[in-house]
Parts: sequence; C-alpha cells; structure tokens
Amino acid sequence: MKDNIRTFKKELFSNKAAMFSLILLFILITAVLLAPLSPYDPYKLDAGQKLLGISGEHWFGTDEYGRDYFTRALYGGRVSLLVGFLSMLMTVAIGTVIGVFSGYAGGRLDTFLMSFTDIFLALPSMLLMVILNAFLQPGLKTLVVVLSLFSWASVARITRAETMSLKERDFIVASRNLGASNIRIIFVHIIPNILGPIIVAATLSVANAILMESSLSFLGLGVQIPLASWGSMLQGAQAYILNYPYLAVFPGLMILITVLSFNLLGDVLRNVLEPKIVK
Amino acid sequence: MGNLLEVRNLSVSFFTYESTVQAVRDISFDLAPGETTALVGESGCGKSVTSKSIMGLIKKPGKILEGSRIYFKGQCITDFTIKEWERFRGKNCSIIFQDALASLNPTMKIGRQIIEVLNNHDTGLSRDEKVKKAVEMLAMTGIADAAGCLEKYPHELSGGMRQRVMIAMALIGRPELLIADEPTTSLDVTVQAQILEQMKQLQQKLNMAILLVTHDLGIVADAANKIIIMYAGRIVEQGPAREIFYHPVHPYTKALLDSVPRIDRDRTKRLRAIEGNIPDMANPPKGCAFCGRCPEAMNICEEHAPVLRQIEGPHAAACWLNELHTIHGGTDA
Amino acid sequence: MNDREKILEVKNLKKYYPAKHGNYLKAVDGVTFDIYRGETLGIVGESGCGKTTCGKTCIGILPKTDGTVYFRGKDIHRMTRKQRFAFTKEVQMIFQDPYASLDPHQKVYNIIAEGIRIHRLAGNKTEEQKMVLELLEMAGLLAGHASRNVHEFSGGQRQRIGIARALSVNPGFLFCDEPISALDVSIQAQIINLLMDLKKEKDLTMFFIAHDLSIVRHISDRIGVMYLGKMVELTDSDTLYDHPLHPYTEALLTAIPIADPDISAGRKQMILEGEVPSPVNPPQGCRFAGRCKKCMGICHDTEPVMQEIEPNHWAACHLYGRKEK
Repeated sequence: MKDNIRTFKKELFSNKAAMFSLILLFILITAVLLAPLSPYDPYKLDAGQKLLGISGEHWFGTDEYGRDYFTRALYGGRVSLLVGFLSMLMTVAIGTVIGVFSGYAGGRLDTFLMSFTDIFLALPSMLLMVILNAFLQPGLKTLVVVLSLFSWASVARITRAETMSLKERDFIVASRNLGASNIRIIFVHIIPNILGPIIVAATLSVANAILMESSLSFLGLGVQIPLASWGSMLQGAQAYILNYPYLAVFPGLMILITVLSFNLLGDVLRNVLEPKIVK
Repeated sequence: MGNLLEVRNLSVSFFTYESTVQAVRDISFDLAPGETTALVGESGCGKSVTSKSIMGLIKKPGKILEGSRIYFKGQCITDFTIKEWERFRGKNCSIIFQDALASLNPTMKIGRQIIEVLNNHDTGLSRDEKVKKAVEMLAMTGIADAAGCLEKYPHELSGGMRQRVMIAMALIGRPELLIADEPTTSLDVTVQAQILEQMKQLQQKLNMAILLVTHDLGIVADAANKIIIMYAGRIVEQGPAREIFYHPVHPYTKALLDSVPRIDRDRTKRLRAIEGNIPDMANPPKGCAFCGRCPEAMNICEEHAPVLRQIEGPHAAACWLNELHTIHGGTDA
Repeated sequence: MNDREKILEVKNLKKYYPAKHGNYLKAVDGVTFDIYRGETLGIVGESGCGKTTCGKTCIGILPKTDGTVYFRGKDIHRMTRKQRFAFTKEVQMIFQDPYASLDPHQKVYNIIAEGIRIHRLAGNKTEEQKMVLELLEMAGLLAGHASRNVHEFSGGQRQRIGIARALSVNPGFLFCDEPISALDVSIQAQIINLLMDLKKEKDLTMFFIAHDLSIVRHISDRIGVMYLGKMVELTDSDTLYDHPLHPYTEALLTAIPIADPDISAGRKQMILEGEVPSPVNPPQGCRFAGRCKKCMGICHDTEPVMQEIEPNHWAACHLYGRKEK
C-alpha cells in the first residue's frame, strides 16, 4: 500500500491534468459541503430579485424566482455528488459481491450469474431508467437504486475476471491447503488483492452516475422540486437559454468539471493500481 | 596469436526513476579465437549485461559508461553506428538466448526466418542457394528432417528443436564468436546434453569462439577452456578451467563449487550453503561485494574493494586473501 | 522395510485433463507407490512428465481422475469436510514459485499466523506472537521481518517464509514441489539444508519433487523416476545411482553435468535422441521405446509393468522379462 501511495504521487505529479482535476474536485467538494455558510436561502422565492445576472453580490446571478444561483448550484452539487457517491457505493457493492462469488464459485453458478450480468449489460439502460422512474415514486432514493441497478454489471465483470485469475494462484492454494474456508479466502485474500481495480471502477462509476443523474433530472425524472441538482437546474434553464444563457452555462460547467475530474482521476488510479495495463 | 575480443573497463548502468543500478562495474577480459570461455555467475551478477554489451544490445534505461572499450579483432566496437552494428551482428558475432520461443517470430515459418538472416548480409546468393544453405545449416545442428523443418512454425517445434533452430540462425553467417546466453537453462537435462554436445561439434567444424554464459558450473566443466566468475557486477576470479575447478582461490568460487549437490559425491555430506543474499546493485557495498557472505572476510574487505590480481599464469582473482599471500610470499623471499 | 508404517498409499493414480478434439492429456497415467513414515521420497522427471500433477493430486489439491490415494488409511479424495480440515493440519506444501505463493497484500506476520488462526492453535494473541516468532527463527528469519511486506524480500527469504507458513500447523507430512528450482545457485543450498534440518528436527515425512536428479538424490531416501505420466523406476537413492535398471534412468543420470573436468571428460554420456512425446497421444507399448537405446520388438507393442526386479528395486522395463509373483 505504501508503495501504491508513492507511485500514485509520482503519477499524479507527472500528469498535470490529473493534478488539476484533483485540486478542482477538492475545492468543489469543500464548497459543496460548506454550502450552508452562504448568506442566501436556496429555496426562498423573491420575485423582485429575479434574473439579475452576474454581479459581485450574486456570483452566478439569480434564477427566474430570484434565488441566488450560486447557492442553488452548491446545494444542487450536494444532491448530484450525493447521488453519485451513493449509487457508486451500491454499484460497487452489488457488482463486487456478484463478480467475486461468480468468479470464485465457477461452474453453473458462474454461468448463470454471468448470463444475468450480460443481460444487464445489453439492456438499453437509459430508456429503461426513464420508464422505471416514471412508474416509481420519484426521488433521491429511487434515483440511487435505479442508477445502481443499471451499472453494477460492468463492475461484476471486472471483479469476476480478477477473481478468476486470482483463485488459481499459489497463495490461494496455500491458504486453502491450510484449511481456510471459502469465506476467509474471499475476504482475506481475494478482495484485498482486487481492491485496485475496484477503486478504479468506483471512481469512474461516480462520474457515470453524476452524468446519468443529470440526464434523468434534465428529463424531469430525477430529484423533485424544490430540491435541485445540476441536471434539474439545466432543465429549468431551458426556457431562458436565449436571454439568460448563464443559467445553463453554470450547471453545465459544474457537471463537465466534476465528470471530467473523476474520469481523469480514474485513469491515474488505473495506471497506479493496475500496472500490467501500462507496461 | 592476437585476441579475438578484448573487453576493457566495461561498466554498464541502468538509470531508472528511483535508482541507478550498476549492473557491470569495470570489468576487463579477453577471448581467444576458437576457444570456449564460460562466464559464470548468479542472476543479477551482470553476466547477461556483459554479453549484450558485446552485441550492442544495451537499450535504455541501460547505458555503457564512458571509458568502456570493447575491441573485436583490434577494432573498437563500442562506438559503432547502427549500420556497423547490423553488419557486425550475425557476421562477426552472434548471440543465442535462453528463451528460443521469444526470440523467434511466432507468425513466420522457420525457413523464412533463416533466409531473412541471409538477406541481411547480402551474400549474393540466389533464393535456391539460400534455401540449400539453410537446410545444410539446420542439418548441421542435428535436425533430422531439415527440409521439412523449414516449413514449420516455431510453436510446432519442441524446446530442443527451437534452440537448434536458433543455433542454426546464429551460425549461418559463419560468425567468429558465438555468445550463448544460458542456452540450455529452459531445457530438460537429456535435451541439454544433446544441445551441449551439438555445440561442441559445431565449434570444431566451424572453428569459432564461444562465450558460454551460464549459472551452472556443471555444464561448463567439460566444455570450457577458460572460466570467468562474476559476482555483483565484477569479475572475482578467472583462469583456465582446470585451475578454477581444482585450485579455486576466491571464497565465492569455492563456495559455488561446494554448494551444489553432486551426483558423484557422497550424498550424506552436508551442502556448504552461502549464507545471506546477493547485494542490491543499486547500492553496492563499498568494499568487496562478497564480504557480507564470505566466511573468510577481514576488516579490509569491508572498506576496500580488491582488484583482480594474477596468481599464476592466466589465473587471477580479486580477493584480499590472495593479496595477503603475495605480500607474505614477497617478504619471505 | 515393508513393515514400516505407510503414511501415503497411492494406487494406480490417474489424472487426465480434457484436450482438443475429445482427447485427454494424460498427465498422470497409473502411478503406484507408497511413502513410509519418516522417509523422504523424491520424484524426478523432465518437464511434462506429470510429477507436479502427481504430487498435487496425492495431497488432494487437484481432484483425481482414477485410482486411490490413502493417507493414514483414509481415502483423501473421499473425505468429509471435517476430515479434510484435519487433513490440512497434517499435510502441508512448499511451492515452487516463492513469488506467486505469498499473498502480496499481507504482512509476513499474517502470512505465517494464518494457519495458527485457522486451526486455533494459539490460546491468545501473546501466544500467537510467540509461535510466529519461533517459526520465523526456525526458518532462519529475524523477528523484525514479521512486520514487513513480502515484496521487500528476495526469493530465498520468501521461500523461508513459505516454509514457516507450512510448518505453522505442525504437519507431519510435507510436500515440496520443486522448492528450489526458482532460486539462485548460492541460495539453493541454504534452502536444502534448512529443509533437511527441519525434517530431522520435526520428524517429518517428505515428498520431494524436482527435475534435478542430483538435488533429489541429495535429499531423498528413495527416488521414483517418472516419464510421461508413468513411474519407470523406484528404489533407494544410492541404488538408483549405483545401479540403475531402467535405460531412461541411466540416460538421466549420465546427462547430468558434473562440475569436475576430469570426471566429466572421463565418463561416457548416454545422449538420448529426440524429446519427450506428447502426453495427449502417448506411444503404445513402452512410452520410452522411441528414444531407448536398448529397445526391443516387444517394447513397441506391450506396455511393461512395474515389478520388483531386485529386493526393493522396482522398474517397468521389458529388459528384465516377466517375473512370477
């Protein structure tokens, strides 16, 4: 692990874009966490203050209901990032469990689970998510569940492949030969050794989830009013896009920065944690 | 008779991000024409790097350091251009490696690969003549169905056959020096015996010098005229084969001879293990590199590295014990 | 000799792997031998002769295709979960590759302590620590090594860690699968000496596999020679060297280089032609017939059986005719 941290630093310092994205993410997350420090209430309507444009007082201007757009963006970021992280956790949890068990057990269980996974990979996920969201009670929880439901499959594929190659290795044979139970082997020897690829997949899945959440919210199927996310802010900005383009630009930029940063970070982590791909 | 190859003060280092690995540290030796010289040492001692230096195969991050000189028949080859290297390889000097499968192109038939070697050295032969020459060479390395072998792909051949093909490819340009880098390490003993015997016969037929790079003193015993023992990037002892086997001077050589179980010896005798581990070449010890593992180490060994000094005739060793004997011998006389 | 306690009884063991076109790769094709308590049985053979597969099948790491393996009278391929668990405390293994056989994400301490934890051999943490330190010392490592990561160690030291791990459960039987072939020459002797010392100290029964006959001879009391999935000769170490019966053994012995120019030049090498045939389609009759210098007509048709040609000296070769039982 110590070595990994050292290579991570090395890789990070040699990759300017990744360094930059890490700093951006840090600033973004801190800002979003500190959102309540803002002097404005993100939900309070004030018709007199509507569509004020960018100023020293309102950095991102105000929206059509007179709410401070910067504060809205911060609170929206809370929702977007929360959805991203929560669905990442769920995605990784489901994907790892299915992948590891499938790869470790092999045989029929593996065939069955992998067919199942393949079906999920082949589904037109956006379409189904739209349909599912329309039927279910819309909200944050639904969003997280639906998002993870359609993204665990790729994680399962990765973890299964890693587990398969790992379980034939001598140190696993040695452990089994010492009488270790399957559960022990999985938790003590397999999962720590595939943590690298899991972390990479997790990082990339945060970006993916944020993007998906934005798309769904943009379609009006994500978080519900008065809660905002970057996606729903984009949707609200549609009507004013010609006269007040900043309403669309800021949330769009936030999405772009966040997703790009997570992807760049994922690439760096991949170089560090899965050196075989690089060499 | 002049030397075929003279290596003078060869140093090779590998520059990596974290450290500089001093693989070969200032070694000098000669090869006589038509003779077999064995370069013996464990992994990481610099023997393969030495052989690659002679072939101009050191690539980044490796670098032959300033002041290193290698002369082939009096001509300095260390500052050859790419063109000159191409002419040199195969014609003056050839190399075969341990892993024949990795050295052959898996998608090309054996015949084409051998003829390609001939094409590189514009021999002015017609295609038919080249094919004939390839068949001749394969037959000479002991391949029974040489003509049939031309039409095969590397993966269709067994390990021993592949190594024979490698030898044929190396020798088709009739080089004066063949470097065999662990040629039989990945082969089974019975096949190893075949290949070694074949190499001996070929050497007599073609009258070439062989530099046999190996970790196994056993295969060297009846093949080599001269032996060079390397440890941690330096030559620790060199001399005629019989001298090395029967009158070893350096403690490392002695230990190497005693640490391997021998089929002709009493099996109940305990092996003499060399304690400790090979030093890290990124940070080689100041004094003698073997000092930490040497049963006869003295204070001076830790501080100062001994130089290679003549013992008797061509037999030389780098050990302070040896110096001591010479000094004492000197005062007595 | 036969009245000594048999620890492992292997009868007609077969291990096939499915190959292309419905064929089978016959890695081990009917091998029979016993291992007696307290002895070291070595198995030699060239790559692909099935020695490692045979060993792994004998200790239940690989499932068998046919035949039986009894460990102290119990069929090891038909054990209940509980019996299997008890068996793992009795039988341990040293691996060939010291790099692949240690979990790269574990500290040395945890690697060695794993067996102690699984079999609950230590009453508490302090006891466990004491046991791990003893094991480290026994394997020639330092107490300070316990808290280090495996990748900081060289091949020889890793092999020592592997030995400490195997002995952590106090097994009576140790299977060594080419434990030194991946090590440097100067390190090999350390590990051989360590294994031999431990064998004596712990009264172990050892099953030792290697391709190097000189090493096997050094460490073993009896040696079995394998060729293409079959055992061709089995006898005690000195007899095998002084007086080999099977032509393959003879060739193997003379092919070994001797680090002595005079002896090397003086002896007659029996250089075999050709190479080991494919185990997917082994030749009919004697499998060695195609390379054998003493091959007779019968060798190509009938497969020779293992028989006791001289007391305690078994060989499978037609040269010695058919002995009546």
